[in-house]
Amino acid sequence: MIISGYAEPPPMLENPEGAETARSTSQLSAIVFVFSQNRMAVASAGFLIFLVLFCFVGPLIYHTDQIYVNLSAVSLPPSLHHPLGTDNNGYDELGRLMLGGQTTIEVCVTAAVLAMGLGVVYGVLAAFLGGWVDNVMMRVVDVLLAIPSLLLLLFLATIFVPNLPLLILIVASIAWLVPSRLIRGEVLSLRTREYVQAARLVGGSGVRIIVHHLIPNALGTVIVNATFQVADAVLLVAYLSFLGLGIPPPATNWGAMLSSGVNFVFAGDWWLIWPVGVAIILTVVAFNFIGDALRDALDVRLRSR
Amino acid sequence: MTGYLVRRCALSVLVILGVTVVVFILVHLLPGGPARAILGERASKQALEDFDRAYGLTKPLPAQYVIWLSHLIHGNLGYSYKLSQSVDALLVENLPRTAVLVGTSTLLAVILGVGLGVWQAVRRSHLDDYILTGWSFIFYAMPNFFLGLILIIIFSVALQWLPPLGPNGTAPLFDQLRNLVLPIATLTLPYLAFFSRYARSSVLENLVQDYVRTAKSKGVGGPRTVLRHVLPNALIPIITLVGLSLPWIISGALVTEALFNYPGMGLLFWNATQNQDYPVMVGVTLVAGTVTALGSLAADIIYAVVDPRIRYAK
Repeated sequence: MIISGYAEPPPMLENPEGAETARSTSQLSAIVFVFSQNRMAVASAGFLIFLVLFCFVGPLIYHTDQIYVNLSAVSLPPSLHHPLGTDNNGYDELGRLMLGGQTTIEVCVTAAVLAMGLGVVYGVLAAFLGGWVDNVMMRVVDVLLAIPSLLLLLFLATIFVPNLPLLILIVASIAWLVPSRLIRGEVLSLRTREYVQAARLVGGSGVRIIVHHLIPNALGTVIVNATFQVADAVLLVAYLSFLGLGIPPPATNWGAMLSSGVNFVFAGDWWLIWPVGVAIILTVVAFNFIGDALRDALDVRLRSR
Repeated sequence: MTGYLVRRCALSVLVILGVTVVVFILVHLLPGGPARAILGERASKQALEDFDRAYGLTKPLPAQYVIWLSHLIHGNLGYSYKLSQSVDALLVENLPRTAVLVGTSTLLAVILGVGLGVWQAVRRSHLDDYILTGWSFIFYAMPNFFLGLILIIIFSVALQWLPPLGPNGTAPLFDQLRNLVLPIATLTLPYLAFFSRYARSSVLENLVQDYVRTAKSKGVGGPRTVLRHVLPNALIPIITLVGLSLPWIISGALVTEALFNYPGMGLLFWNATQNQDYPVMVGVTLVAGTVTALGSLAADIIYAVVDPRIRYAK
């Protein structure tokens, strides 16, 4: 299911040439070079760009009614008029896919960004404050990680019935745990680097060290983990919708479409689950590929030898 | 090493206590508190106040927590008004069934996943490596219930080999083995994909180490001998990984049980969320948190025993 961040397979020495043959002195172009060597990652990036265009620009070109129920056109198979058929409310499925994609992308990206922000602040604070404060902060993370995430989420969703912003908050409230541990570990190891010691020697204050030295160098881990968080958020929202605690209609997201389609698949309405399911799988796989490639690209740059 | 073990056990106790605190806070986050939760949304104000006074909910929060904790330690997990049973009885009935599901799935996922990962590492860059990696990614990216649905469509509807539902709650589990296959398969496959991915990279990392090169230079480079040396080293991080994955597997079990109507703790929890049955939700969360804390402890202990570097470190 959802296992992100920690325990990712360590980067493999598949593209060592990327580091040696890149002649440019700019770090960014070197990173881009190694990234572009990974064909699956480039394909994934292209797919994601297409996806964003499909979901946000698509409805401007392909008009469908997503608000009013049309009971005369319920559960129609794919045809020229409805390329992906209609669902049990008479909504056009292709239009629904676009609308659901909008919500899915909004919720998952926002939740991931929020979670990363929270995790970074928490992890940096814990690493910097050290001592027993650090210990206590990490125990809190341990405790929250010990409770299976879906149980915690369902608990929260039962107490606070979600609308869109609340759903983002609820997803982010679980997703920040793993990045905080990662960032703390990263900062702890960065603190021992020479340039941080040098900055301290010259009299740099704590805040300056954090902002100018620690965060930029930990940024690599942050960005890599963010992509995995988005992938996990997509699955998490799907699970929440399946378990009946997503956002109410007519708003929809892919998870909700998939889980409501499950009810109708045995009647033979295959078009209600396959397009959505494939969309979810491709999106999650794309983010995973991009995350892997980013980690390889950034690690080669940042690995100290 | 005993120092490490003692500290690790103390940490587990602390985590379990922390879980009780978190659950306590969650229940008291409800508008109206536990009284509202148990008596329902239409209870009158007077009824709520009577309930509060009767159950000591007017006392300060820390005092309430201590009283509740002492109840827990004596094994009293509360009473479900919606199901008219004590939470203990419900857990005793459902926990073994979930344990069978989760235990079998984890075992299968680890054994098959590691085997697959090793095979992929040895056959790196061949076609079967790419195909298996592709399948791993797909299984890993699929929502659990979607995978279950596909399995039902293939094995129950199209081929009619297996029944589409999970086991019946009334008959003993082991009389219904055919009903167990699909739920276990649904829970196993995503983690099998994940463990194989990790095992593959772990073995590959070890294959480039100096000791493997030394072994090959001494002439014992055959795949079986190399694996005998590489495999134990590659398995060490997997142990920690399994311990850390336990919460995710339990989450996955919840979805699987909901899909197959498998009569376990996950289904119990889910029905409780639909009915706002907070005593049951609290009980299941506590048990799940305790199980994962203990599982993580077991994994760390095994790791400490197996990894000589920890055993001899100061």
